[in-house]
Amino acid sequence: MESVNVAETKPKPKLKKEAVEMPKQEPKVRVKNFNEVALGYTEEMALEEASRCLQCPKPQCVTGCPVEVPIPQFIKCIREKKYAEGIAIIKTKNALPAVCGRVCPQEEQCQAKCVVGKVGDPVSIGRLERFLADWEREHGYQIPQKAPPTGKKVAVIGAGPAGLTAAADLAKLGHDVTIYEALHVGGGVLIYGIPEFRLPKVIVRNEIEYIKKLGVDLRLGYLVGRTVTIPELLKGGTDAVFIGSGAGLPQFTGCPGENLGGIYSANEFLIRVNLMKSYAFPEYDTPIRIGKHVVVIGGGNVAMDCARSAMRLGADVCLVYRRSRDELPARKEEIENAEEEGLVCRFLAAPVEFYGDEKGWVKAMKCICMELCEPDKSGRRSVKPIPGSEFVMETDTVIIAIGQTPNPIIQRTTEGLVTDPKHGTIKVDENCKTSLEGVYAGGDVATGAATVISAMGMGKRAAKAIHEYLMSKK
Amino acid sequence: MPKMYEIVCKQRLAHKETLFEIYAPHIAEKSRPGQFLIVIPHEKGERIPLTICGYDVKKGTVSFAFHEVGKTTKEMGLLKEGDCLLNVTGPLGNPSEIKKFGKVLCVGGSIMIAPMLLQVKAMKEAGNHVTTVLGCRSKEFLFMENEARALSDKLYIASDDGSIGYKGLDFLKELLETEKFNRCVALGPVVMMREVSEITRPYGIPTIVTLTPIMIDGMGMCGVCRVTVGGKMLFGCVDGPEFDGHMVDFEGLIQRQRMMLPEERLSSMLWEMHGECKCGRNKA
Repeated sequence: MESVNVAETKPKPKLKKEAVEMPKQEPKVRVKNFNEVALGYTEEMALEEASRCLQCPKPQCVTGCPVEVPIPQFIKCIREKKYAEGIAIIKTKNALPAVCGRVCPQEEQCQAKCVVGKVGDPVSIGRLERFLADWEREHGYQIPQKAPPTGKKVAVIGAGPAGLTAAADLAKLGHDVTIYEALHVGGGVLIYGIPEFRLPKVIVRNEIEYIKKLGVDLRLGYLVGRTVTIPELLKGGTDAVFIGSGAGLPQFTGCPGENLGGIYSANEFLIRVNLMKSYAFPEYDTPIRIGKHVVVIGGGNVAMDCARSAMRLGADVCLVYRRSRDELPARKEEIENAEEEGLVCRFLAAPVEFYGDEKGWVKAMKCICMELCEPDKSGRRSVKPIPGSEFVMETDTVIIAIGQTPNPIIQRTTEGLVTDPKHGTIKVDENCKTSLEGVYAGGDVATGAATVISAMGMGKRAAKAIHEYLMSKK
Repeated sequence: MPKMYEIVCKQRLAHKETLFEIYAPHIAEKSRPGQFLIVIPHEKGERIPLTICGYDVKKGTVSFAFHEVGKTTKEMGLLKEGDCLLNVTGPLGNPSEIKKFGKVLCVGGSIMIAPMLLQVKAMKEAGNHVTTVLGCRSKEFLFMENEARALSDKLYIASDDGSIGYKGLDFLKELLETEKFNRCVALGPVVMMREVSEITRPYGIPTIVTLTPIMIDGMGMCGVCRVTVGGKMLFGCVDGPEFDGHMVDFEGLIQRQRMMLPEERLSSMLWEMHGECKCGRNKA
């Protein structure tokens, strides 16, 4: 070859295979407090990590993101220290970056697709997103340009991840949006479910303030189905409705003795601890009684949140899960964190009966050992009990974290809304449209319990569909 | 115009019984007898369930009564007209079944006398012959006697210590021997509702009790209000608050009511000692 491209002759910078670690509170320290475990990147760390991004022309990471955040573009902004621009880029697609940077399972989404991940650790996209979101919180929010008012009214039911996302998008498009939230604080599962040490509530409050600044009216203490119904909203001048009411109904095991004192549903336990801040009782008025030997039943992220909260309240915690470690549905990072903090796991066991003391408080739990069978249709391995393998565990507090289903109040009070009788979910098409005209649904109420980001993805899709519907309507 | 959740009227019903009328037009419009509210006095407060005892769509108000026993209710007792609660959510739960049954026996005890009278009124308007029984611990705890008399066809009063009216509820047995009732509605302390249910059981009178177990959200999320009815686990908040008194496992309910008693006592004691009211007012 005669002529050589100058760029090609430059020595290629060596790709650093290891991602920059994010500083964390030491396990021994953090298990005694409710402060955030992961402390976030410093500017130097963020710059170093951002330099690992290859800026692929056809970025695979974006295809792994349910809301399609322009990942290489915001990382480029970090490299150039244009932080305000970087966060603005994220916010074109994601209204809650401080939340997603913390609780998204990036290892299964964007980071799973990262090309750098083929030779080393993938770029820590979540940590970089969090860095920008935290930077913005410290430097003040920018309110994006809104489209001129369309004169259309949209009601959003539930101020959780799906509802907040839909509300933000619809407000930016110029619609008049009102969120009806049943609890006395906005945020949904971000406030009542995910604990302070994983997602500080001040961050959720800030994200909600941002959405209110977009002009969204947030009404607290409105239980749709009781305080107002969907047919009433539609009759009263609302042009479209988005249902993002989540999966708030706790499941119980059905084992005898489940009504004993000291047996909490995961929802009750987390609502007390997170929403009502009972870890600060008696400064806060809602109490929580936690014993010394806590058993958490289940293996998902909610189970991990319960276990880690219980350890912070001073208990020894044993997780009882009916499958084995390989099938644990919780995020790997959360399992590692929990074990570092002292969690003990008892795999392949399921509860059979709870025993109480003379005061009606739980004192022991009978379990049965399980064995793994062939994978079922969903690819998940099923289990069956081993006859005669029962054993008794002593315990003084049991938290049941075996899943949540959608709350049926809306379904029961909205005639013509088609639901799945088995799962209690609202049936929607690919555009999140329900069986009723002008009524859309997304998030856990449509899918069953899933992740924050998948709910946000549906909120976005629904907002787009609602916008098209409203603009085509005369 | 009052502010949202403002106390527009405060009424001392008896010794430690207080009634609040709150401005909340969206709730007033939807309220029906039998439903309840979740009241949160302030940022650091509890969410407590209280049965609706009145509503006025024109004024945009809803009212509830409470007995000042625990920290939250004692603290609320210090609030004045013009003060605002942080949040009131409702109406929650299923409304009472109000229709013409014929002869209805309404038994209200303690603080639940107030919401009971709302039912008495509705039952009366539906064309029923209503016999009302007001129960109280002793004379000084009785209230709304005149209102009850005006609303009911017949009125009986009973107290635990016999300081006013009949002593205890045993007189009901004699009453049921001589009169036939088509329905009985009981609102009051759990032990009272259990007693009434046992008294009516041999006569086969359908007996509806109102359960307000410990609740947090009051909309089906936490499951703390679970109660066994006819062998099935039901939620007080969404399946109730009214249940068939002959099917309710009252023992289990009483046990669950006591779950957080040590904590409730501690909270109340600390508040008595330090007297800091988080609504920004001092106890004194």
